[in-house]
Amino acid sequence: MSTALAPPRPPAPGGVRATYRRRLLVLAGLFAALMVAVVLSVSTGAKPVPLPEVWHAITAPTGTENDIIVRSLRIPRTAIGVLAGIALGVAGALMQGHTRNPLADPGLLGVTQGAAFAMVLSIMVIGVTSLYGYIWFGLAGALIASVGVFALGMVGGRGGPTPVTLALAGTAVSAFLYALTSSMVLMDEQAMDVFRFWQAGSIAARGGDVVWQVLPFIGAGLLLALINAPGLNTLSLGEDVARALGQNIAVTRAVGVAAVTLLSGASVAACGALSFVGLMVPHLARPLSGPDHRWLLPYSGLMGACALLLADVVGRVVARPGELEVGVVLALLGAPFFVALVRRRKPVRL
Amino acid sequence: MRLQAVDVRLGYGDRVVVDGLDLGIEAGTVTTIIGPNGCGKSTLLRALGRLLKPSGGEVLLDGKRIDRMPTKEVARILGVLPQAPTAPEGLTVADLVARGRHPHQTWYRQWSSDDEAAVGEALSMTGLGDLGERPLDELSGGQRQRAWISMALAQGTDLLLLDEPTTFLDLAHQIEVLELVRRLHGELGRTVVMVLHDLNLAARYADRLVAMRAGKVVAAGTPSEVLTESLLAEVFDLDAKVIEDPVAGTPLVVPIGTRPHA
Repeated sequence: MSTALAPPRPPAPGGVRATYRRRLLVLAGLFAALMVAVVLSVSTGAKPVPLPEVWHAITAPTGTENDIIVRSLRIPRTAIGVLAGIALGVAGALMQGHTRNPLADPGLLGVTQGAAFAMVLSIMVIGVTSLYGYIWFGLAGALIASVGVFALGMVGGRGGPTPVTLALAGTAVSAFLYALTSSMVLMDEQAMDVFRFWQAGSIAARGGDVVWQVLPFIGAGLLLALINAPGLNTLSLGEDVARALGQNIAVTRAVGVAAVTLLSGASVAACGALSFVGLMVPHLARPLSGPDHRWLLPYSGLMGACALLLADVVGRVVARPGELEVGVVLALLGAPFFVALVRRRKPVRL
Repeated sequence: MRLQAVDVRLGYGDRVVVDGLDLGIEAGTVTTIIGPNGCGKSTLLRALGRLLKPSGGEVLLDGKRIDRMPTKEVARILGVLPQAPTAPEGLTVADLVARGRHPHQTWYRQWSSDDEAAVGEALSMTGLGDLGERPLDELSGGQRQRAWISMALAQGTDLLLLDEPTTFLDLAHQIEVLELVRRLHGELGRTVVMVLHDLNLAARYADRLVAMRAGKVVAAGTPSEVLTESLLAEVFDLDAKVIEDPVAGTPLVVPIGTRPHA
């Protein structure tokens, strides 16, 4: 490759400052798109609610049917969709960054199967029946599985787990937990019933209490992700360069794993197996953000929330008066979209 | 002595590559480590740059044990450029060089005018001022290597360790990189340690040569002290004539053939 053969490319006018402004504009654009998705999510459904009445329900509710639908169903559902979407988008970008693997998703740490196992166990053994109840167990299962994977990944490694040992440990733990979960749901009809809906992935019928339940975990996870971004940038130059630049690799990895665990653990426990968001969204965000994680993480978060809400809206509209689970819609629409994207432009090497 | 290895034992897992080695690097010199493949020169450089922790002995930076200093503090004194580093696709030259400022940043204060100035200076030093917005993967090999050196320069360290900075480059680009090293030393008074394969270039661009074989330092001194016909036989199993370089006056190695090691 020589200079003369490189394709001519107009230099970006204004350099660093202009790039910064452009990235802020994109961020604002994504935020606006999310607002549109929120409005759609609050007003659309089995019973469409016109916008003035949505406003009425939010500002001065008088107990009309629409007021009740908006306040007790649509708003919590939208809120949990926004939270889970942001969490999964950010967790996916973190996971792909830490493993330098474009096919990594948050489930690689064992959180999905950990949550499933703990929820099914709580139903069978303790007889938990409320959604609110087994989300706690799901969350605990996700955290424990992830800590286990991290500990296993450290065995035999020098200076903390590497992406390869983490992926191996994650796959092994997930397979093991999946086997246990499967054998349990085959024995217990009630657990089976909960499990199959959880596995499809849904944000329907989550009350406001579920939002408050997962909010602190997702908030803490987002904070850790933010702190992790500069370190992840140096890590993407290779471990040797990162170490040469004064980065503590083990701490950076541990913070990243903690962030992924909190984010995906909370959303998986609340909404089921939706890890496709985490796999797909960073690939949509990266062409806009470039390889800088300080921008990639927020872009992925906002796009994750948009994708989740829009898929949920589609799921409510296509099968009236019934509904399609958001996880099903995401996979049905997302998979062909993802394939088209990957075929049109090759995915960025990490 | 700015940087010192004292009786170090280095290796990977159970495999020991270097054992009981002593080496001192003086301030303001360009030192080049030479030796056959697998002799432990890159391993030694990695240990000097605290990328590899010795299993015995110690590495001292300005008289202090390098592994007991905060790694970020070390990164403000000592820069290391590993062999053939890779960057994520789409990263621009300016973004790469800016990442060299990492040791001077905290998570709440990401970018300062000092950073801006250091990046600009590093880019112009390496002649990449006009290519800042170009993605790294669109550059030629020589330009890409200069961009990585630029990143290490932006780090603003007195000491610079370069592991085979001329690998995969054609002769003109090798000279280009080594001229840059000479300027760093001449104009900015930086202390440089590098690993090179080309003996003639090593002789021309270094103040001191360190010749290694099988994890041991066989000879150290000025190029004309080290690059002798008997040493080439001992270190490289090479029959060669050493004549005077007609351009630089440094030793010039003219190989005859290999020979079995005595």
